Amino acid sequence: MLEIKNLSKVYDGDVQALKDVSFNVEQGEFLAVIGLSGSGKSTLLRCINRLVEPTGGQIIWKGQDVTAASQDEMRHIRRKIGMVFQHFNLVSRSKVITNVLAGRLGYVNPVMSALNRFPKSDMEMALAQLDRIGIKNQAYKRADELSGGQQQRVGIARAMMQEPAMILADEPVASLDPVLAHSIMQYLEKINKEDGVTVLCSLHFLDLVHRYADRAIALNQGVLMFDGPPNEIDDEKFREIYGKDAERVG
Amino acid sequence: MKKSSSPLRSLAVGLATLLVLVIFAYGFTVTNINFEETRSERRVASLTRILRALAHPHIFDYEYEVVNVEVPFYLGCPEEGVETPGVDRSVAFILTSVGCAEPGETIVVEGYNFQENSSGPINFIGFSPGAPDGVPLQMGNFQADAQGNFRVEVTIPNRQVTEDPQAIRATGRVRVGAPMISRDAQVTWDKIVETVFMAFLATVFGTLLSIPISFLAARNLMSDIKIPLSNISLSLIGWPLGMWLGIKASQLLTNLLSPLFNSFFLTLAGTIIVPSLGFLFVRWLLSNQDEDAELQFKARLINLLYTVVATILVLASILFLGKLLLVVGDYLTPNEEVPLYFIRKFIYQVGDIIVMLVPAIAALVGGGIIGGLFGKFGQMISDKIPAATGKIVNLIITPIAGASTAVLIMQGVDWFYQFNNPAITLYWPAGIGAVIGLVLAILTSPKQSLPIGMVLYSIIRTILNGTRSVEALVMAIVFVAWVGLGPFAGALALGLHTVASLAKLYSEQVESIMSGPMEAIQATGANRLQTIIYAVVPQIIPPYISYTMYRWDINVRMSTIIGFVGGGGIGFVLQQNINLLNYRAASVNMLAIAIVVASMDYISSYLREKYV
Repeated sequence: MLEIKNLSKVYDGDVQALKDVSFNVEQGEFLAVIGLSGSGKSTLLRCINRLVEPTGGQIIWKGQDVTAASQDEMRHIRRKIGMVFQHFNLVSRSKVITNVLAGRLGYVNPVMSALNRFPKSDMEMALAQLDRIGIKNQAYKRADELSGGQQQRVGIARAMMQEPAMILADEPVASLDPVLAHSIMQYLEKINKEDGVTVLCSLHFLDLVHRYADRAIALNQGVLMFDGPPNEIDDEKFREIYGKDAERVG
Repeated sequence: MKKSSSPLRSLAVGLATLLVLVIFAYGFTVTNINFEETRSERRVASLTRILRALAHPHIFDYEYEVVNVEVPFYLGCPEEGVETPGVDRSVAFILTSVGCAEPGETIVVEGYNFQENSSGPINFIGFSPGAPDGVPLQMGNFQADAQGNFRVEVTIPNRQVTEDPQAIRATGRVRVGAPMISRDAQVTWDKIVETVFMAFLATVFGTLLSIPISFLAARNLMSDIKIPLSNISLSLIGWPLGMWLGIKASQLLTNLLSPLFNSFFLTLAGTIIVPSLGFLFVRWLLSNQDEDAELQFKARLINLLYTVVATILVLASILFLGKLLLVVGDYLTPNEEVPLYFIRKFIYQVGDIIVMLVPAIAALVGGGIIGGLFGKFGQMISDKIPAATGKIVNLIITPIAGASTAVLIMQGVDWFYQFNNPAITLYWPAGIGAVIGLVLAILTSPKQSLPIGMVLYSIIRTILNGTRSVEALVMAIVFVAWVGLGPFAGALALGLHTVASLAKLYSEQVESIMSGPMEAIQATGANRLQTIIYAVVPQIIPPYISYTMYRWDINVRMSTIIGFVGGGGIGFVLQQNINLLNYRAASVNMLAIAIVVASMDYISSYLREKYV
């Protein structure tokens, strides 16, 4: 479903964030991306929907070359790829429902959305999504009045509004406590298993990877170090990924 | 600090001190500082006069009544002496130093409780059988002081000595009735209202205009706008072409519809029917949208056709509405005496503005449609055509775009400088533009994206900086030449200055927003406009409100002095009063300014605290 071929990204100032990264993602997979901070995980995820322009290589999404897509084509690709962020990236002053509805922006008529008008079906869909994450009664609160865990759920609801084939989750639980982290991960797992949405999720903690991911890839300084089932990450692999002085926690 | 360097250091300090002294000395000379003058008696006297006048703002007026105050007076002292009659000290009264005198004698007359600073004649009243009411003979004048008292020496006239008492009469004025608002205060009230509204309108329209400009002047929104050369070139050709077509279309539309505008009922019918048609059309369009066909060429062409039809319907609606308002406004204002004249007049003026704006809207929409279409086509050239062919296309279209743009710019410059020389306005710019285009086309690859966003950003920032550096007072001078003396010129000047400074302040706020939400909205497949509306706008509302109020505050302040150059409002009157040395009236003006500015200050800080 998604093929990454020799993907490279060099930021201005000769910072090599990704170097010849190649891997495939299968339909319905829960794929974890691990690596140290600055190893290129975020850049990798953002290259897939071209929030970051790759400088080399190819990304093939359902047979279409993402890297060569025009702006209009890119918008059509993006709306099938939801994204969830470490800091939720909700528009904090807007209402919860508006944040969720924003997931439909790629589908609705631009003029009508500029007037803040969404079709009735989208409205119902948004309320259903909020119901699913259990905060339907808070739909008209401001987004920043919610707790961190609730905000991340809204972030996922926004991504789900896109009716995505895949969700890119950029360290979705890194700014949450362990209990909330598990509940968010379980929710992502539910989406993956029940709705059949492919999940590509970067994670810090290996125990989360072991518990939720079908497969893991590891990056170290922009280079792909590992690609396989999580239980194959032994101590030796671990040191390769995280450096020889690293110790396992959690 | 080493000891050996100490003398050097002292020398340096000494030289620096000397330099500072020289700077101050020169400063004193060029600013004509002259304290001798401040001590001179003449200056002190005039300062005192002005300050005292300023301390007595002429707010209240009284009605005055002429009063004659008399004391009996004997010409030629009778042997039995004279009785001094008692006086009522609660009203104006006069006393003479003596009760009788010989003709030609000089006596002192003192007056009390007169109107302060008033003046009038002092007469000797001679009674005789032939003139029982008395014959006045002026002996002199009095000038009362600030307390309403005076003391003056007069000479008794040479009249025949009589036994009967004559009289000395001072004719002055006294206040009667309750204080009234003075004419100066009334004028001040009218003008301060004018001033506040001038500032209000300038702020509202300035704000509305500066919001879209501020997005174009924000680095974070503009920096990632990168498009290939073919897109830029075709847009540069398409925009002016589209604007020209838009203006032509609006003229055609106006001419076509003009027979209808003669009849009120046809205009009314048009105002109802055309927008309804437009609404139905747009609704039908929205319900029939096939979202996945959006990327196909044929669907795009049909979409374009629909857009043109919708645009014409919208333009016609606007035109009808404007004309209707004109007709209604005209009908409602047979003369200036009708009640609520200003509201009736406003209807007419809104109609006028709408009709005036139609060509401008048409030009913008036309430019947008044709420019956008050409741009999309240019994008396709870059995206879909092999690089070598694209290069050849670029080599053709970029020189054309460069030449046409340069010619258009020079036509604008020509309007200022009136070269009247086709070599300067046509041939040279066309040649130079074409060469620049050619060089660009050779140097860049057709697939390469050029940072046109940053170019636009720099141009807009430069224009804003330039405009902002021109004081609103100077702008007012230009606008006075255009629209005549009065508050309209002032409002226009303030509005323009507001746009320049607010757009800068706003754009800095846009630059400081959090990028996370923007990224998230972009990731949903939203286009640029949607990203701005959903991710940028909610974040900038509080600072925008805050800056708008701050600007209103500044505009009120500026509008009080913009009248000095003919921009209307209170400043106009203030300047007149100062020039006429009418300091008491000027004092009322200044008081009003102080009250308005201070309360504006208070209100805006209160609102900012409360709502932001």
